[in-house]
Amino acid sequence: MKVTEKDVAYVADLANLELSSDERTGMVRDLNSILDYIDRLNELDTSNVEPMAQVSDRYGVDQSRQGSERFAYANRKDVVEGLRKSLSQAAALANAPDADGTFFRVPKVIER
Amino acid sequence: MPSLTIDAARSTVQQRKTTALALAESHYARIEKEDRQIGAYLTLCKERALDQADRIDRMAAEGKPLPPLGGVPVGIKDVMSTRGVRTTAGSKILGHYIPPFDCTAVARLESAGAVVLGKTNCDEFAMGSSNENSAFRPVHNPRDLTRVPGGSSGGSAAAVAADMAVVALGSDTGGSIRQPAAFCGVVGLMPTYGRVSRYGLIAFASSLDHIGPLAKTVKDAAIVLRTIAGRDPMDSTSADLPVPDYVAELEKSVCGLRIGVAKEYFAEGLDDEVRHAVESAIDKLKSLGCEVVPVSLPHTPYAIPAYYLIATAEASANLARYDGVRYSYRAPGVKTLSEMYRRSRDEGFGAEVKRRIMLGTYALSAGYYDAYYLKAQKVRTLLTRDFDEAFRKVDAIVTPTSPTAAFRLGEKSNDPLAMYLADIYTVTADLAGIPGISIPCGETKEKLPIGLQVLGKHFDESTILRVAHAYEQAA
Repeated sequence: MKVTEKDVAYVADLANLELSSDERTGMVRDLNSILDYIDRLNELDTSNVEPMAQVSDRYGVDQSRQGSERFAYANRKDVVEGLRKSLSQAAALANAPDADGTFFRVPKVIER
Repeated sequence: MPSLTIDAARSTVQQRKTTALALAESHYARIEKEDRQIGAYLTLCKERALDQADRIDRMAAEGKPLPPLGGVPVGIKDVMSTRGVRTTAGSKILGHYIPPFDCTAVARLESAGAVVLGKTNCDEFAMGSSNENSAFRPVHNPRDLTRVPGGSSGGSAAAVAADMAVVALGSDTGGSIRQPAAFCGVVGLMPTYGRVSRYGLIAFASSLDHIGPLAKTVKDAAIVLRTIAGRDPMDSTSADLPVPDYVAELEKSVCGLRIGVAKEYFAEGLDDEVRHAVESAIDKLKSLGCEVVPVSLPHTPYAIPAYYLIATAEASANLARYDGVRYSYRAPGVKTLSEMYRRSRDEGFGAEVKRRIMLGTYALSAGYYDAYYLKAQKVRTLLTRDFDEAFRKVDAIVTPTSPTAAFRLGEKSNDPLAMYLADIYTVTADLAGIPGISIPCGETKEKLPIGLQVLGKHFDESTILRVAHAYEQAA
Protein backbone atom coordinates (compact mmCIF):
# COMPACT_ATOMS: atom_id res chain seq x y z
CA MET A 1 0.00 0.00 0.00
CA LYS A 2 1.52 3.26 -1.14
CA VAL A 3 -1.35 5.58 -0.32
CA THR A 4 -2.78 5.60 3.21
CA GLU A 5 -5.91 7.25 4.64
CA LYS A 6 -3.62 9.97 5.94
CA ASP A 7 -2.22 10.65 2.45
CA VAL A 8 -5.72 10.84 1.04
CA ALA A 9 -6.69 13.38 3.72
CA TYR A 10 -3.58 15.45 2.95
CA VAL A 11 -4.10 15.39 -0.84
CA ALA A 12 -7.83 16.13 -0.50
CA ASP A 13 -6.83 19.16 1.55
CA LEU A 14 -4.43 20.34 -1.18
CA ALA A 15 -7.12 19.84 -3.82
CA ASN A 16 -9.83 21.63 -1.83
CA LEU A 17 -12.01 18.54 -1.70
CA GLU A 18 -13.80 17.41 1.43
CA LEU A 19 -14.69 13.77 0.54
CA SER A 20 -17.05 11.70 2.68
CA SER A 21 -15.58 8.84 4.70
CA ASP A 22 -16.88 6.35 2.11
CA GLU A 23 -15.24 8.35 -0.65
CA ARG A 24 -11.96 8.38 1.28
CA THR A 25 -11.99 4.60 1.66
CA GLY A 26 -12.74 4.14 -2.04
CA MET A 27 -10.02 6.64 -2.92
CA VAL A 28 -7.39 4.70 -0.93
CA ARG A 29 -8.36 1.53 -2.83
CA ASP A 30 -8.53 3.14 -6.30
CA LEU A 31 -5.36 5.22 -6.01
CA ASN A 32 -3.37 2.21 -4.83
CA SER A 33 -4.67 0.07 -7.67
CA ILE A 34 -3.84 2.75 -10.26
CA LEU A 35 -0.41 3.53 -8.76
CA ASP A 36 0.46 -0.17 -8.70
CA TYR A 37 -0.15 -0.24 -12.42
CA ILE A 38 1.74 3.03 -12.93
CA ASP A 39 4.77 1.51 -11.18
CA ARG A 40 5.68 -0.27 -14.39
CA LEU A 41 7.23 3.04 -15.50
CA ASN A 42 10.13 2.19 -13.20
CA GLU A 43 11.12 -0.62 -15.57
CA LEU A 44 12.43 2.13 -17.86
CA ASP A 45 15.78 3.81 -17.33
CA THR A 46 15.09 7.49 -18.01
CA SER A 47 18.22 8.95 -16.40
CA ASN A 48 19.42 10.48 -19.69
CA VAL A 49 16.03 11.41 -21.10
CA GLU A 50 14.76 15.00 -21.25
CA PRO A 51 11.19 15.50 -19.97
CA MET A 52 8.58 16.55 -22.52
CA ALA A 53 5.97 19.01 -21.28
CA GLN A 54 4.41 19.88 -24.63
CA VAL A 55 4.69 19.27 -28.36
CA SER A 56 4.31 22.86 -29.55
CA ASP A 57 7.99 23.73 -29.61
CA ARG A 58 8.73 21.24 -32.37
CA TYR A 59 6.69 22.81 -35.19
CA GLY A 60 6.17 26.30 -36.54
CA VAL A 61 8.57 27.86 -34.05
CA ASP A 62 11.82 29.70 -34.72
CA GLN A 63 14.24 26.79 -34.31
CA SER A 64 17.26 29.11 -34.20
CA ARG A 65 16.17 30.66 -30.91
CA GLN A 66 15.88 29.38 -27.36
CA GLY A 67 13.13 29.23 -24.75
CA SER A 68 10.16 31.56 -25.11
CA GLU A 69 11.96 33.39 -27.95
CA ARG A 70 11.08 30.38 -30.10
CA PHE A 71 7.44 31.36 -29.81
CA ALA A 72 7.94 34.95 -31.03
CA TYR A 73 5.08 34.46 -33.52
CA ALA A 74 2.67 34.34 -30.61
CA ASN A 75 3.73 37.72 -29.17
CA ARG A 76 1.01 40.30 -28.99
CA LYS A 77 1.10 44.02 -28.44
CA ASP A 78 0.20 45.08 -24.91
CA VAL A 79 -2.77 47.31 -25.60
CA VAL A 80 -5.92 48.23 -23.70
CA GLU A 81 -8.29 46.53 -26.15
CA GLY A 82 -6.46 43.57 -27.67
CA LEU A 83 -7.76 40.70 -29.76
CA ARG A 84 -11.09 40.73 -28.04
CA LYS A 85 -12.84 43.47 -26.15
CA SER A 86 -13.00 42.93 -22.42
CA LEU A 87 -16.30 41.57 -21.17
CA SER A 88 -18.68 44.14 -19.77
CA GLN A 89 -19.07 44.06 -16.01
CA ALA A 90 -22.60 42.72 -16.38
CA ALA A 91 -21.44 39.87 -18.65
CA ALA A 92 -18.53 39.01 -16.35
CA LEU A 93 -20.84 38.81 -13.34
CA ALA A 94 -23.74 37.10 -15.10
CA ASN A 95 -22.73 33.54 -14.18
CA ALA A 96 -21.75 34.27 -10.59
CA PRO A 97 -23.68 32.42 -7.90
CA ASP A 98 -23.64 35.63 -5.83
CA ALA A 99 -22.79 39.15 -7.00
CA ASP A 100 -23.94 42.65 -6.10
CA GLY A 101 -23.73 44.23 -9.54
CA THR A 102 -20.17 45.43 -8.99
CA PHE A 103 -18.38 42.63 -7.14
CA PHE A 104 -18.47 38.87 -6.71
CA ARG A 105 -19.74 38.19 -3.18
CA VAL A 106 -18.18 35.42 -1.07
CA PRO A 107 -18.53 34.26 2.54
CA LYS A 108 -16.24 35.58 5.24
CA VAL A 109 -12.60 35.17 4.27
CA ILE A 110 -10.90 35.55 7.64
CA GLU A 111 -11.84 32.63 9.88
CA ARG A 112 -11.64 33.76 13.48
CA MET B 1 -32.35 12.12 -44.42
CA PRO B 2 -30.41 9.04 -43.20
CA SER B 3 -26.71 9.18 -44.09
CA LEU B 4 -26.92 12.74 -45.33
CA THR B 5 -23.41 14.07 -46.00
CA ILE B 6 -22.13 17.66 -46.00
CA ASP B 7 -22.06 18.01 -49.80
CA ALA B 8 -25.48 16.40 -50.20
CA ALA B 9 -26.99 18.69 -47.55
CA ARG B 10 -25.36 21.84 -48.89
CA SER B 11 -26.17 21.16 -52.54
CA THR B 12 -29.85 20.36 -51.91
CA VAL B 13 -30.16 23.65 -50.02
CA GLN B 14 -28.20 25.50 -52.73
CA GLN B 15 -30.44 24.07 -55.45
CA ARG B 16 -33.56 24.92 -53.41
CA LYS B 17 -34.66 21.27 -53.35
CA THR B 18 -35.03 21.77 -49.64
CA THR B 19 -34.29 24.56 -47.18
CA ALA B 20 -31.80 24.79 -44.35
CA LEU B 21 -34.79 25.41 -42.12
CA ALA B 22 -36.45 22.16 -43.22
CA LEU B 23 -33.18 20.26 -42.71
CA ALA B 24 -32.80 21.63 -39.19
CA GLU B 25 -36.42 20.86 -38.39
CA SER B 26 -36.23 17.31 -39.72
CA HIS B 27 -33.16 16.76 -37.53
CA TYR B 28 -34.98 18.17 -34.51
CA ALA B 29 -37.92 15.86 -35.27
CA ARG B 30 -35.55 12.92 -35.33
CA ILE B 31 -33.94 14.02 -32.06
CA GLU B 32 -37.40 14.33 -30.53
CA LYS B 33 -38.20 10.78 -31.61
CA GLU B 34 -34.89 8.96 -31.05
CA ASP B 35 -32.96 10.79 -28.40
CA ARG B 36 -35.11 9.74 -25.45
CA GLN B 37 -33.45 6.31 -25.76
CA ILE B 38 -30.01 7.45 -26.88
CA GLY B 39 -29.32 10.60 -24.82
CA ALA B 40 -26.91 12.20 -27.29
CA TYR B 41 -27.95 15.80 -26.66
CA LEU B 42 -27.85 17.76 -23.40
CA THR B 43 -29.08 21.12 -24.73
CA LEU B 44 -30.80 22.12 -27.97
CA CYS B 45 -30.39 25.68 -29.29
CA LYS B 46 -33.30 25.96 -31.71
CA GLU B 47 -33.36 29.74 -31.87
CA ARG B 48 -29.71 29.96 -32.82
CA ALA B 49 -30.11 27.11 -35.33
CA LEU B 50 -33.20 28.55 -36.99
CA ASP B 51 -31.64 32.04 -37.23
CA GLN B 52 -28.61 30.59 -38.98
CA ALA B 53 -30.78 28.39 -41.24
CA ASP B 54 -32.79 31.44 -42.21
CA ARG B 55 -29.61 33.33 -43.09
CA ILE B 56 -28.48 30.44 -45.31
CA ASP B 57 -31.89 30.13 -46.95
CA ARG B 58 -31.85 33.83 -47.84
CA MET B 59 -28.42 33.38 -49.43
CA ALA B 60 -29.72 30.41 -51.44
CA ALA B 61 -32.85 32.36 -52.49
CA GLU B 62 -30.66 35.20 -53.74
CA GLY B 63 -28.66 32.67 -55.76
CA LYS B 64 -25.44 33.32 -53.83
CA PRO B 65 -23.01 30.42 -53.58
CA LEU B 66 -23.31 28.82 -50.13
CA PRO B 67 -20.22 28.47 -47.95
CA PRO B 68 -18.76 24.92 -47.53
CA LEU B 69 -21.10 23.94 -44.69
CA GLY B 70 -24.06 26.09 -45.75
CA GLY B 71 -27.18 24.71 -44.06
CA VAL B 72 -25.45 21.64 -42.61
CA PRO B 73 -26.88 20.61 -39.20
CA VAL B 74 -24.10 19.95 -36.68
CA GLY B 75 -23.75 18.93 -33.02
CA ILE B 76 -21.14 20.40 -30.68
CA LYS B 77 -19.69 18.48 -27.76
CA ASP B 78 -20.67 20.25 -24.57
CA VAL B 79 -17.06 21.06 -23.65
CA MET B 80 -16.96 23.80 -26.30
CA SER B 81 -18.18 27.23 -25.28
CA THR B 82 -21.19 28.60 -27.13
CA ARG B 83 -22.17 32.19 -26.48
CA GLY B 84 -25.58 32.38 -24.84
CA VAL B 85 -26.07 28.58 -24.92
CA ARG B 86 -25.60 26.55 -21.74
CA THR B 87 -22.27 24.72 -21.71
CA THR B 88 -21.89 22.15 -18.95
CA ALA B 89 -18.87 19.96 -19.80
CA GLY B 90 -21.18 17.15 -18.63
CA SER B 91 -20.74 18.41 -15.07
CA LYS B 92 -23.10 19.54 -12.36
CA ILE B 93 -20.54 22.18 -11.38
CA LEU B 94 -21.22 23.99 -14.70
CA GLY B 95 -24.90 22.98 -14.80
CA HIS B 96 -26.07 26.58 -15.33
CA TYR B 97 -23.07 28.09 -17.09
CA ILE B 98 -23.88 30.37 -20.06
CA PRO B 99 -20.61 31.32 -21.82
CA PRO B 100 -20.18 34.96 -22.88
CA PHE B 101 -18.09 33.96 -25.94
CA ASP B 102 -17.78 31.30 -28.66
CA CYS B 103 -15.13 28.64 -29.03
CA THR B 104 -13.04 29.41 -32.16
CA ALA B 105 -13.80 26.04 -33.79
CA VAL B 106 -17.55 26.59 -33.34
CA ALA B 107 -17.31 30.17 -34.65
CA ARG B 108 -15.41 28.95 -37.73
CA LEU B 109 -18.01 26.25 -38.42
CA GLU B 110 -20.83 28.77 -38.17
CA SER B 111 -18.96 31.25 -40.39
CA ALA B 112 -18.81 28.43 -42.93
CA GLY B 113 -22.61 28.15 -42.77
CA ALA B 114 -23.09 25.27 -40.30
CA VAL B 115 -26.33 25.16 -38.33
CA VAL B 116 -25.59 24.29 -34.68
CA LEU B 117 -28.47 22.12 -33.45
CA GLY B 118 -27.29 21.73 -29.87
CA LYS B 119 -24.71 20.54 -27.38
CA THR B 120 -23.88 16.87 -27.16
CA ASN B 121 -23.53 14.75 -24.06
CA CYS B 122 -20.09 13.66 -22.83
CA ASP B 123 -18.23 12.27 -19.87
CA GLU B 124 -17.78 14.91 -17.17
CA PHE B 125 -14.94 17.23 -18.23
CA ALA B 126 -14.23 14.71 -21.02
CA MET B 127 -12.95 12.22 -18.44
CA GLY B 128 -14.12 8.76 -19.40
CA SER B 129 -14.26 6.11 -22.09
CA SER B 130 -17.94 5.14 -21.92
CA ASN B 131 -19.97 8.32 -21.41
CA GLU B 132 -21.26 6.87 -18.13
CA ASN B 133 -19.49 9.72 -16.29
CA SER B 134 -21.90 12.35 -17.59
CA ALA B 135 -23.51 14.07 -14.60
CA PHE B 136 -26.80 14.23 -16.49
CA ARG B 137 -27.36 10.84 -18.12
CA PRO B 138 -25.38 8.13 -19.87
CA VAL B 139 -25.48 7.87 -23.67
CA HIS B 140 -26.63 4.61 -25.29
CA ASN B 141 -24.99 3.28 -28.43
CA PRO B 142 -27.44 3.69 -31.35
CA ARG B 143 -26.22 0.37 -32.79
CA ASP B 144 -27.14 -1.51 -29.59
CA LEU B 145 -28.86 0.38 -26.80
CA THR B 146 -27.47 -1.96 -24.12
CA ARG B 147 -23.93 -0.88 -25.03
CA VAL B 148 -21.93 2.27 -24.36
CA PRO B 149 -21.16 4.63 -27.26
CA GLY B 150 -17.59 5.07 -26.02
CA GLY B 151 -16.29 8.24 -24.56
CA SER B 152 -15.77 10.90 -23.88
CA SER B 153 -17.32 12.30 -27.10
CA GLY B 154 -20.05 9.64 -26.94
CA GLY B 155 -22.90 12.09 -27.55
CA SER B 156 -21.24 13.47 -30.69
CA ALA B 157 -20.54 9.97 -32.05
CA ALA B 158 -24.07 8.74 -31.25
CA ALA B 159 -25.66 11.87 -32.78
CA VAL B 160 -23.81 11.30 -36.07
CA ALA B 161 -24.41 7.53 -36.06
CA ALA B 162 -28.15 8.01 -35.46
CA ASP B 163 -28.49 10.76 -38.11
CA MET B 164 -29.26 13.36 -35.46
CA ALA B 165 -26.48 15.53 -36.96
CA VAL B 166 -24.60 15.42 -40.26
CA VAL B 167 -21.30 15.98 -38.46
CA ALA B 168 -20.29 16.86 -34.91
CA LEU B 169 -17.31 18.29 -33.09
CA GLY B 170 -15.66 16.26 -30.36
CA SER B 171 -12.52 16.58 -28.29
CA ASP B 172 -9.75 14.03 -27.83
CA THR B 173 -7.32 13.96 -24.88
CA GLY B 174 -6.66 10.20 -24.70
CA GLY B 175 -8.86 8.80 -27.46
CA SER B 176 -12.14 10.61 -26.87
CA ILE B 177 -12.89 11.22 -30.57
CA ARG B 178 -11.50 8.02 -32.10
CA GLN B 179 -12.74 5.43 -29.58
CA PRO B 180 -16.43 6.53 -29.64
CA ALA B 181 -16.19 6.80 -33.45
CA ALA B 182 -15.07 3.15 -33.50
CA PHE B 183 -17.82 2.05 -31.06
CA CYS B 184 -20.58 3.84 -33.00
CA GLY B 185 -19.38 2.99 -36.52
CA VAL B 186 -18.52 6.52 -37.68
CA VAL B 187 -15.37 8.42 -38.69
CA GLY B 188 -13.46 10.31 -35.98
CA LEU B 189 -10.44 12.51 -36.64
CA MET B 190 -8.00 13.85 -34.06
CA PRO B 191 -5.81 16.47 -35.76
CA THR B 192 -2.19 17.20 -34.81
CA TYR B 193 -1.78 19.13 -31.55
CA GLY B 194 -1.81 22.82 -32.55
CA ARG B 195 -3.66 22.25 -35.84
CA VAL B 196 -7.00 23.46 -34.40
CA SER B 197 -7.32 26.27 -31.87
CA ARG B 198 -8.36 25.23 -28.37
CA TYR B 199 -9.74 28.67 -27.56
CA GLY B 200 -13.10 28.19 -25.85
CA LEU B 201 -12.56 24.47 -25.21
CA ILE B 202 -13.10 23.79 -21.51
CA ALA B 203 -9.68 22.54 -20.47
CA PHE B 204 -9.05 18.98 -19.25
CA ALA B 205 -5.30 18.48 -19.93
CA SER B 206 -3.98 21.43 -21.91
CA SER B 207 -0.96 19.72 -23.51
CA LEU B 208 -3.16 16.83 -24.71
CA ASP B 209 -6.53 18.39 -25.61
CA HIS B 210 -7.52 18.40 -29.29
CA ILE B 211 -10.72 19.40 -31.12
CA GLY B 212 -11.77 17.39 -34.18
CA PRO B 213 -14.74 16.11 -36.20
CA LEU B 214 -16.95 13.04 -36.01
CA ALA B 215 -18.52 12.37 -39.39
CA LYS B 216 -20.21 9.80 -41.60
CA THR B 217 -17.49 9.89 -44.25
CA VAL B 218 -13.77 10.66 -44.43
CA LYS B 219 -14.51 13.46 -46.90
CA ASP B 220 -16.84 15.13 -44.39
CA ALA B 221 -14.10 14.93 -41.75
CA ALA B 222 -11.72 16.57 -44.23
CA ILE B 223 -14.20 19.36 -44.98
CA VAL B 224 -14.65 20.10 -41.28
CA LEU B 225 -10.91 20.03 -40.61
CA ARG B 226 -10.26 22.44 -43.50
CA THR B 227 -12.84 24.77 -41.94
CA ILE B 228 -11.64 24.74 -38.33
CA ALA B 229 -7.84 24.36 -38.77
CA GLY B 230 -5.26 27.12 -38.70
CA ARG B 231 -3.60 29.70 -36.52
CA ASP B 232 -5.78 31.55 -34.02
CA PRO B 233 -4.21 34.44 -32.13
CA MET B 234 -6.44 33.53 -29.15
CA ASP B 235 -4.53 30.24 -28.65
CA SER B 236 -0.77 30.66 -28.50
CA THR B 237 -0.31 26.89 -29.02
CA SER B 238 -2.16 26.94 -32.34
CA ALA B 239 0.53 26.43 -34.96
CA ASP B 240 1.52 29.14 -37.40
CA LEU B 241 1.55 26.77 -40.38
CA PRO B 242 -0.43 26.82 -43.65
CA VAL B 243 -3.57 24.66 -43.92
CA PRO B 244 -3.59 22.34 -46.95
CA ASP B 245 -6.72 21.66 -48.98
CA TYR B 246 -7.48 18.34 -47.29
CA VAL B 247 -10.41 17.62 -49.59
CA ALA B 248 -8.37 17.96 -52.78
CA GLU B 249 -5.63 15.81 -51.24
CA LEU B 250 -8.11 12.92 -50.71
CA GLU B 251 -8.11 12.04 -54.36
CA LYS B 252 -4.36 11.38 -54.60
CA SER B 253 -3.50 7.71 -55.03
CA VAL B 254 -2.29 5.64 -52.09
CA CYS B 255 -0.31 3.37 -54.40
CA GLY B 256 3.27 3.14 -53.16
CA LEU B 257 2.54 4.57 -49.70
CA ARG B 258 4.39 2.77 -46.94
CA ILE B 259 2.04 1.63 -44.17
CA GLY B 260 3.56 0.63 -40.84
CA VAL B 261 2.17 -2.17 -38.68
CA ALA B 262 3.43 -2.35 -35.09
CA LYS B 263 3.26 -5.69 -33.29
CA GLU B 264 2.80 -3.85 -29.97
CA TYR B 265 -0.73 -2.94 -31.11
CA PHE B 266 -1.67 -6.57 -31.70
CA ALA B 267 -0.54 -7.94 -28.34
CA GLU B 268 -2.41 -9.59 -25.47
CA GLY B 269 -5.82 -8.12 -24.72
CA LEU B 270 -6.84 -7.57 -28.34
CA ASP B 271 -10.16 -9.19 -29.15
CA ASP B 272 -9.92 -11.83 -31.91
CA GLU B 273 -12.73 -10.42 -34.02
CA VAL B 274 -11.13 -6.96 -33.89
CA ARG B 275 -7.76 -8.44 -34.83
CA HIS B 276 -9.22 -10.24 -37.85
CA ALA B 277 -11.08 -7.16 -39.05
CA VAL B 278 -7.96 -4.99 -38.80
CA GLU B 279 -5.80 -7.62 -40.49
CA SER B 280 -8.29 -7.81 -43.37
CA ALA B 281 -8.19 -4.02 -43.63
CA ILE B 282 -4.40 -4.15 -43.87
CA ASP B 283 -4.74 -6.74 -46.68
CA LYS B 284 -7.15 -4.39 -48.44
CA LEU B 285 -4.62 -1.55 -48.24
CA LYS B 286 -2.01 -3.89 -49.67
CA SER B 287 -4.32 -4.68 -52.59
CA LEU B 288 -4.63 -0.92 -53.21
CA GLY B 289 -0.87 -0.78 -53.75
CA CYS B 290 0.33 0.20 -50.26
CA GLU B 291 3.52 -1.37 -49.06
CA VAL B 292 3.11 -2.87 -45.58
CA VAL B 293 6.21 -2.46 -43.41
CA PRO B 294 6.69 -3.84 -39.88
CA VAL B 295 7.63 -1.11 -37.39
CA SER B 296 8.36 -1.19 -33.69
CA LEU B 297 6.91 1.13 -31.05
CA PRO B 298 8.57 -0.52 -28.05
CA HIS B 299 7.41 1.90 -25.34
CA THR B 300 3.70 1.40 -26.11
CA PRO B 301 3.04 -0.63 -22.90
CA TYR B 302 4.09 2.43 -20.87
CA ALA B 303 1.69 4.84 -22.57
CA ILE B 304 -1.32 4.34 -20.28
CA PRO B 305 0.61 4.85 -17.01
CA ALA B 306 2.40 7.93 -18.40
CA TYR B 307 -0.87 9.29 -19.75
CA TYR B 308 -2.77 8.91 -16.50
CA LEU B 309 -0.09 10.84 -14.61
CA ILE B 310 0.28 13.69 -17.12
CA ALA B 311 -3.42 14.05 -17.88
CA THR B 312 -4.47 14.00 -14.23
CA ALA B 313 -1.69 16.37 -13.15
CA GLU B 314 -2.77 18.89 -15.76
CA ALA B 315 -6.43 18.32 -14.88
CA SER B 316 -5.84 18.93 -11.18
CA ALA B 317 -4.41 22.35 -12.07
CA ASN B 318 -7.06 23.20 -14.69
CA LEU B 319 -9.98 22.22 -12.46
CA ALA B 320 -8.76 24.38 -9.58
CA ARG B 321 -10.69 27.24 -11.22
CA TYR B 322 -14.03 25.75 -10.16
CA ASP B 323 -14.25 27.59 -6.89
CA GLY B 324 -17.91 28.62 -6.64
CA VAL B 325 -17.11 32.30 -7.14
CA ARG B 326 -17.23 33.40 -10.78
CA TYR B 327 -19.30 30.93 -12.78
CA SER B 328 -19.52 27.54 -11.16
CA TYR B 329 -21.91 25.89 -8.73
CA ARG B 330 -21.80 27.07 -5.12
CA ALA B 331 -23.02 24.82 -2.31
CA PRO B 332 -25.82 26.45 -0.30
CA GLY B 333 -25.49 27.57 3.33
CA VAL B 334 -21.71 27.77 3.51
CA LYS B 335 -20.26 29.94 6.26
CA THR B 336 -16.61 30.45 5.32
CA LEU B 337 -14.56 30.73 2.15
CA SER B 338 -12.74 27.44 2.63
CA GLU B 339 -16.00 25.62 3.39
CA MET B 340 -17.42 27.16 0.19
CA TYR B 341 -14.56 25.80 -1.92
CA ARG B 342 -14.67 22.33 -0.44
CA ARG B 343 -18.42 21.79 -0.35
CA SER B 344 -19.00 23.33 -3.79
CA ARG B 345 -16.36 21.10 -5.36
CA ASP B 346 -17.51 18.06 -3.38
CA GLU B 347 -21.12 18.46 -4.50
CA GLY B 348 -20.28 19.73 -8.01
CA PHE B 349 -17.78 17.11 -9.20
CA GLY B 350 -18.56 13.46 -9.89
CA ALA B 351 -16.59 10.44 -8.66
CA GLU B 352 -14.23 10.03 -11.65
CA VAL B 353 -13.36 13.74 -11.75
CA LYS B 354 -12.53 13.67 -8.03
CA ARG B 355 -10.44 10.53 -8.52
CA ARG B 356 -8.42 12.21 -11.26
CA ILE B 357 -7.98 15.45 -9.33
CA MET B 358 -6.71 13.37 -6.40
CA LEU B 359 -4.32 11.30 -8.54
CA GLY B 360 -3.01 14.43 -10.29
CA THR B 361 -2.59 16.37 -7.08
CA TYR B 362 -0.78 13.40 -5.53
CA ALA B 363 1.55 13.08 -8.56
CA LEU B 364 2.43 16.77 -8.32
CA SER B 365 2.78 16.96 -4.54
CA ALA B 366 6.06 17.47 -2.74
CA GLY B 367 8.09 14.26 -2.60
CA TYR B 368 6.25 12.60 -5.50
CA TYR B 369 6.82 15.06 -8.33
CA ASP B 370 10.05 13.45 -9.57
CA ALA B 371 8.89 9.86 -9.13
CA TYR B 372 5.59 10.35 -10.94
CA TYR B 373 5.05 13.54 -12.93
CA LEU B 374 8.64 14.07 -14.11
CA LYS B 375 9.05 10.34 -14.79
CA ALA B 376 5.92 10.37 -16.95
CA GLN B 377 7.18 13.37 -18.92
CA LYS B 378 10.41 11.52 -19.67
CA VAL B 379 8.46 8.48 -20.82
CA ARG B 380 6.46 10.84 -23.03
CA THR B 381 9.76 11.72 -24.73
CA LEU B 382 10.48 8.01 -25.30
CA LEU B 383 7.01 7.40 -26.76
CA THR B 384 7.43 10.37 -29.11
CA ARG B 385 10.86 9.11 -30.21
CA ASP B 386 9.27 5.72 -31.03
CA PHE B 387 7.00 7.49 -33.51
CA ASP B 388 9.82 9.69 -34.91
CA GLU B 389 11.82 6.53 -35.54
CA ALA B 390 8.90 4.65 -37.14
CA PHE B 391 7.93 7.57 -39.37
CA ARG B 392 11.40 7.57 -40.90
CA LYS B 393 10.41 4.27 -42.50
CA VAL B 394 6.68 4.69 -43.15
CA ASP B 395 4.09 7.31 -44.20
CA ALA B 396 1.33 6.13 -41.85
CA ILE B 397 0.74 3.48 -39.18
CA VAL B 398 -2.36 1.31 -39.04
CA THR B 399 -3.69 -0.15 -35.76
CA PRO B 400 -6.96 -1.18 -34.14
CA THR B 401 -8.68 1.86 -32.56
CA SER B 402 -9.78 -0.02 -29.46
CA PRO B 403 -9.01 -3.55 -28.21
CA THR B 404 -12.70 -4.49 -28.18
CA ALA B 405 -16.00 -3.41 -29.73
CA ALA B 406 -18.49 -1.47 -27.58
CA PHE B 407 -18.91 -2.96 -24.10
CA ARG B 408 -22.10 -3.03 -22.05
CA LEU B 409 -23.26 -0.20 -19.82
CA GLY B 410 -22.09 -0.92 -16.28
CA GLU B 411 -19.52 -3.48 -17.43
CA LYS B 412 -16.46 -1.44 -16.43
CA SER B 413 -17.92 1.39 -14.41
CA ASN B 414 -16.73 0.03 -11.05
CA ASP B 415 -13.16 -0.62 -12.16
CA PRO B 416 -11.33 2.60 -13.09
CA LEU B 417 -8.21 0.76 -14.28
CA ALA B 418 -10.16 -1.55 -16.63
CA MET B 419 -11.84 1.55 -18.07
CA TYR B 420 -8.48 3.28 -18.60
CA LEU B 421 -7.21 0.29 -20.61
CA ALA B 422 -9.94 0.91 -23.22
CA ASP B 423 -7.68 3.76 -24.42
CA ILE B 424 -4.57 1.63 -24.82
CA TYR B 425 -4.25 2.16 -28.61
CA THR B 426 -5.27 5.82 -28.65
CA VAL B 427 -3.37 7.60 -25.83
CA THR B 428 0.01 7.31 -27.57
CA ALA B 429 -1.01 9.70 -30.35
CA ASP B 430 -2.22 12.29 -27.82
CA LEU B 431 1.06 12.09 -25.91
CA ALA B 432 3.15 12.44 -29.09
CA GLY B 433 0.83 15.08 -30.56
CA ILE B 434 0.45 13.23 -33.87
CA PRO B 435 -2.84 13.01 -35.81
CA GLY B 436 -5.05 9.92 -35.89
CA ILE B 437 -8.28 8.89 -37.55
CA SER B 438 -10.66 6.03 -36.81
CA ILE B 439 -12.81 4.61 -39.61
CA PRO B 440 -15.23 1.68 -39.59
CA CYS B 441 -13.68 -1.63 -40.75
CA GLY B 442 -16.38 -4.21 -40.33
CA GLU B 443 -18.50 -5.65 -37.57
CA THR B 444 -18.38 -8.34 -34.94
CA LYS B 445 -20.73 -11.35 -35.09
CA GLU B 446 -23.00 -9.34 -32.79
CA LYS B 447 -23.16 -6.56 -35.42
CA LEU B 448 -21.04 -4.16 -33.39
CA PRO B 449 -18.81 -1.78 -35.38
CA ILE B 450 -15.02 -2.19 -35.36
CA GLY B 451 -12.63 0.72 -35.81
CA LEU B 452 -9.42 0.95 -37.84
CA GLN B 453 -6.99 3.63 -36.69
CA VAL B 454 -4.55 5.38 -39.04
CA LEU B 455 -1.81 7.43 -37.36
CA GLY B 456 0.32 9.99 -39.19
CA LYS B 457 3.24 12.35 -38.91
CA HIS B 458 2.87 15.72 -37.22
CA PHE B 459 0.79 18.05 -39.42
CA ASP B 460 0.36 15.35 -42.05
CA GLU B 461 -3.40 14.89 -41.76
CA SER B 462 -3.49 14.78 -45.57
CA THR B 463 -1.88 11.34 -45.70
CA ILE B 464 -4.02 9.68 -43.04
CA LEU B 465 -7.17 11.16 -44.59
CA ARG B 466 -6.04 9.85 -47.96
CA VAL B 467 -5.41 6.33 -46.62
CA ALA B 468 -8.72 6.35 -44.73
CA HIS B 469 -10.59 7.62 -47.80
CA ALA B 470 -9.03 4.99 -50.09
CA TYR B 471 -9.95 2.22 -47.64
CA GLU B 472 -13.48 3.58 -47.21
CA GLN B 473 -14.03 3.72 -50.98
CA ALA B 474 -12.66 0.20 -51.49
CA ALA B 475 -14.38 -1.47 -48.51
